[in-house]
Amino acid sequence: MTGQTLIHLQDVSKRFVKGKDTITIFDHLGLSIPAGDFVAVMGPSGSGKTTLLNLLGGIDQPTEGSITFDGGRVDTLTEGQLARWRAHNVGFIFQFYNLMPTLSAARNVELPLLLTSFGRAERKRRVEAALSLVGLAERADHYPREMSGGQQQRVAIARALISDPKLLLCDEPTGDLDRTTADEILAMLRLLNQEMGKTIVMVTHDPEAAKYARRTLHLDKGRFTERELVA
Amino acid sequence: MSDLYLLWRNLFRRKLRTFLMMLAIFVAFVIYGVLGSIHYAFEHGVDSSADNRLVVVNKITFIQPLPYAYVGKIAAIKGVKNLTFANWFGGYYQDARNQIGTFAVDPESYLRIYRDDLRIDPAARDAFIHDRTSMVVGEAIATKYGWKVGDRIPINSNIFTNKTDGSHTWELTVAGIAYAAKESFNTSFIIFQYENFNESKTFGKDTVGWITLETDSAAVNDKVAATIDDLFANSTAETNTQSEKAFGKAFLAQLGNIALIITLVVGAAFATILMIVGNTMVMAVRERTKEIAVLKTLGFPSWRIWRQVLGESVLLSLLGGVPGLLVAGLLVTLLSKLASGAIPGLALTLPVAGLGVAFMLLLGVVTGFLPAWNALRLNIVTALGRL
Repeated sequence: MTGQTLIHLQDVSKRFVKGKDTITIFDHLGLSIPAGDFVAVMGPSGSGKTTLLNLLGGIDQPTEGSITFDGGRVDTLTEGQLARWRAHNVGFIFQFYNLMPTLSAARNVELPLLLTSFGRAERKRRVEAALSLVGLAERADHYPREMSGGQQQRVAIARALISDPKLLLCDEPTGDLDRTTADEILAMLRLLNQEMGKTIVMVTHDPEAAKYARRTLHLDKGRFTERELVA
Repeated sequence: MSDLYLLWRNLFRRKLRTFLMMLAIFVAFVIYGVLGSIHYAFEHGVDSSADNRLVVVNKITFIQPLPYAYVGKIAAIKGVKNLTFANWFGGYYQDARNQIGTFAVDPESYLRIYRDDLRIDPAARDAFIHDRTSMVVGEAIATKYGWKVGDRIPINSNIFTNKTDGSHTWELTVAGIAYAAKESFNTSFIIFQYENFNESKTFGKDTVGWITLETDSAAVNDKVAATIDDLFANSTAETNTQSEKAFGKAFLAQLGNIALIITLVVGAAFATILMIVGNTMVMAVRERTKEIAVLKTLGFPSWRIWRQVLGESVLLSLLGGVPGLLVAGLLVTLLSKLASGAIPGLALTLPVAGLGVAFMLLLGVVTGFLPAWNALRLNIVTALGRL
């Protein structure tokens, strides 16, 4: 079920200066994502998918326009405020998992909790719960190098979920996985959306992956060209 | 899990590299600890000299003697409270390699001048004053050679000849052992009667090496020194009067500029370590660029990551440096025993150790500053290649 607008982009422009050239990625882009939505963003390379994800996740700021999240402006926050905002509201899932190689699965999942005031016991409880949720409770002490790609991505999902964010941003989450494993991961994301109400925005090149989303947005040259409801 | 755990895991991500950096820092602080302690012992030993003691030497060089007649003339100068004199003997025991600081002195006045520096048994003191062929042996030498009161010891000179038998040997009886009343006082010495020495040497009769005097107070030092030097100006043996501290430093300078040597050696070691560790830290953090960007993405504030990286280099410096200082402490203790007290007060003292820890922190901050700064300024989008 989707609800009221969680994230809203209004007249967002994004430009990069590269040498003497100014590259426009978005020009007055608008987008609304309701809470509980699961959106797949597709498009050719260079269409602005990742930049859109960066803007939604508060790791990049628009050149013009406004971004609101849960009714509050995000684009006006300072770097420090954005870091706090990300820690509380956004979970990130990357294509190449981006786990810390020096930490075990449990420690990787625990990382975001270092930014909270939870005590050791509470952190441990939450880590165990998150790892159980992704089916990796028995691999808690394993290091990333000791796990398969699919297992690492599940650890990354547990890490993204641990601080209970409203928004999950996934950048090609199955791009490095075989079909079977990719389907397992995508099914897990759909479950998180349907059962836990997480709002998910997923960038993907894979039409099969996009089928797991409620709707798909096609991005080309900085503009949405087509909106398609899947679920 | 805490930030410290993260820091620790990052520091030991490449164990061999970290171990080699720790080893480099360890060696630097062993060098610093040993040389720093020797320097401190020299400086401290000289600095502990009494403020109102002056030394009169020949203006040309303190190796040149002064006429014995100067002793009486200087004693008569206003402001001079006590006075004694000594003559360098160039002494050694059995083998020329066993050098001993041996001085021909006037027993009574010498022991009076150094009453606060040396402890000597009253009976031994009397024996020394009354027996012309006696000597007082410093504790370090007595311990080293196992000499005791009553022993007759042949002491050789590499300068003087004994006219009684044409040899270079003076046979002297141990009248007593002198102990240091202050830890910093060097007891690697022998003193024997000047009268005996003056009568039996074949040249340089009625001359003294230097005159040590006590003024009424340190406030009149300059005036007394000027009066003495003026008195003997334009004579065949002009004088140079200076504080005993300055004399001690000038004497040490004959061994070479110890402070400069130590500074250069320690400086070279630190400069090398700085470059090695600094460069390695920059590389170590650069290879973690993506991980740092991920931490920032998860919401870790930049200052916290800056603190992590800086903490890593400071911890590395401490992990290498503290064991280095501890080993230096052991080496210095060993050295002190081997030197048989030749360098009094030789130990890894609190000021040297404290300065060492300060150097470790400084080394950590300097080597960690650039990578920490780079981590602080790291742009997530650029670092993750998310353009």
